[in-house]
Amino acid sequence: MRMRRHLSAALLAALLCAVAFLWAAPFLWTLVASFRPEGAGSADMASLWPAFAPTVDNFRNALDSGSFGLYYLNTFIVVAGVLAVQCVTVSLAGYAFARLRFPGRDAVFYAFLLQLMLVPPALIVPNLATVVDLGLYDTLPGVMAPYFASAFGTFLMRQTFLGLPRDFEEAAAIDGAPWWAIVWYVLLPMAKPGLIAFAIVSVTAHWNEFLWPLMVISSPDNQTLTIGLAAFTRGAEGGKEWGVLAAGTLLVMAPLALAFIAFQRRFVDSFVFSGVKG
Amino acid sequence: MSLAGTTGVLDAIRADAASTAARRKRRLRAWLLPWLLLAPSLFFLALFTYLPIARVLVESLYDRPHGTGAAATFVGLGNYAKVFADPAFRQAAANNLVYAVGVLVPTLVLALSFALAVQRSTRFSAVLRTVFFFPSLIPLVAAASLFFFIFLPDVGLLDYYLAKVGVSGPNWLGDSDIALWSVIGLTVWKNAGYYMLFYIAGLQNIPRDTIEAAMIDGANAWQRLRYVLLPALAPTTAFVLVIALIQLLTSVDHVIVLTKGGPSNATNLVLYYIFQSAHENFEVGKAAAATLMSVAVLLAISFGSLRVMERGAGTDR
Repeated sequence: MRMRRHLSAALLAALLCAVAFLWAAPFLWTLVASFRPEGAGSADMASLWPAFAPTVDNFRNALDSGSFGLYYLNTFIVVAGVLAVQCVTVSLAGYAFARLRFPGRDAVFYAFLLQLMLVPPALIVPNLATVVDLGLYDTLPGVMAPYFASAFGTFLMRQTFLGLPRDFEEAAAIDGAPWWAIVWYVLLPMAKPGLIAFAIVSVTAHWNEFLWPLMVISSPDNQTLTIGLAAFTRGAEGGKEWGVLAAGTLLVMAPLALAFIAFQRRFVDSFVFSGVKG
Repeated sequence: MSLAGTTGVLDAIRADAASTAARRKRRLRAWLLPWLLLAPSLFFLALFTYLPIARVLVESLYDRPHGTGAAATFVGLGNYAKVFADPAFRQAAANNLVYAVGVLVPTLVLALSFALAVQRSTRFSAVLRTVFFFPSLIPLVAAASLFFFIFLPDVGLLDYYLAKVGVSGPNWLGDSDIALWSVIGLTVWKNAGYYMLFYIAGLQNIPRDTIEAAMIDGANAWQRLRYVLLPALAPTTAFVLVIALIQLLTSVDHVIVLTKGGPSNATNLVLYYIFQSAHENFEVGKAAAATLMSVAVLLAISFGSLRVMERGAGTDR
């Protein structure tokens, strides 16, 4: 009985390892291929076995052939710009929903939640027309604008504020502090975990975004990383430049991947919360 | 004396008026404040969430020839008729159904299996959790780039290793009978780890006593799953189903990079159809009509699920 128990546990662990290996194989291959010298023979390019003499040539080629520096910069501007504006809009709205009582509050709250269902990708066609009307076509602000208001962020900040004790604010209010001082000096410092969780989800979403920037951006100077990578992938057709493409893919994923490895717990908690938004 | 008394009364009246004014001002501010705080959000929501609905509603009723400078003509439901008559749209809608079911079933099964396998907090579990979750962190475009080479005929990762065991694989993305399933495979790989997180959280919310009681009663692993865990996880499943569906209907990055809807529309999805109509064919009216239909579907899913979730709300979120 005990023997059987051990055996099945070992079998299960082996099966798990096999599935995990399968799951990791695309990444392992990318790592191996990106460091493989070009002359290694294209027939064995799919091999997961690393090359004996690793090289960084592929990364150099990738950096040379695409304007990765520019793409990084554009992506960074979009991600940081969206997050900066969102932090203001969601903190203010979250505070209003959590602490103020006013007629129509519930109705407005539901109107906010509508954005969770009508996610921006579903509205690319009318939003593009709006962006054109505003003169923001082919600009980075045009890429950012639809995300400046965030129902998810508002909801998250509301929950965070609701979870904070009222004692501190009441003390501050008795001392005559105006509402903005209470939000800035009392509530926001305590709500930092909520803001960080929101920041992680927001940064990940906009770093990885593709369809909307693809529609808004037309000139090469304004392209973001994902658009650059897609063009790169299409250019590499035929499969001669595997190593370079693998290196390019790694370059796009690297910042988020490294941040994830460094702050794993925070990431996972944020993503669990991001789903609870419904 | 009497003069002094009058001044006193006047002072009192003046002070009273001042305080009334101050109170009125304060009341106005209290009334205004919430709307001032909501204004920035409401402005952008109006511009990019509410207004667009009205916009597609109107645009879908007009025919606006691209590039000719001709005025838009009212065509009523003509664009809807055109979209429905378009075999590409019909195929895209049918593909979307296959795609949704084809992704959801394996994704949910894998997500729950992964969660059950890695829920304990050991080092081994932590590593596996990271491995399974990692694909959901990368851009869908990057996943498409990876799978572009995995699916490459003959020399790709898949065919290379299949050849080692003597199997010659099909043309994963070039065969119209298989391409959609290849895209489904990519999506399952990408998403399963994300939903695993919710199942892990859901499992942690189940009281240990419940499981232990079942064990004492002699329930085996399968019975515990069937009669204890699955019912307790029902709200999690309902919830994951909804966010997965919304995600599936609103992401086509991999289709754009890998197949462009081909071969012969085999991997065309509704959002890709919308993208193509608007961005490549400049058929704004058709794109608007198709957008409005998918908006209706999204709302139906969300409102339908709201009722399901309210029913299960007692046990979870």
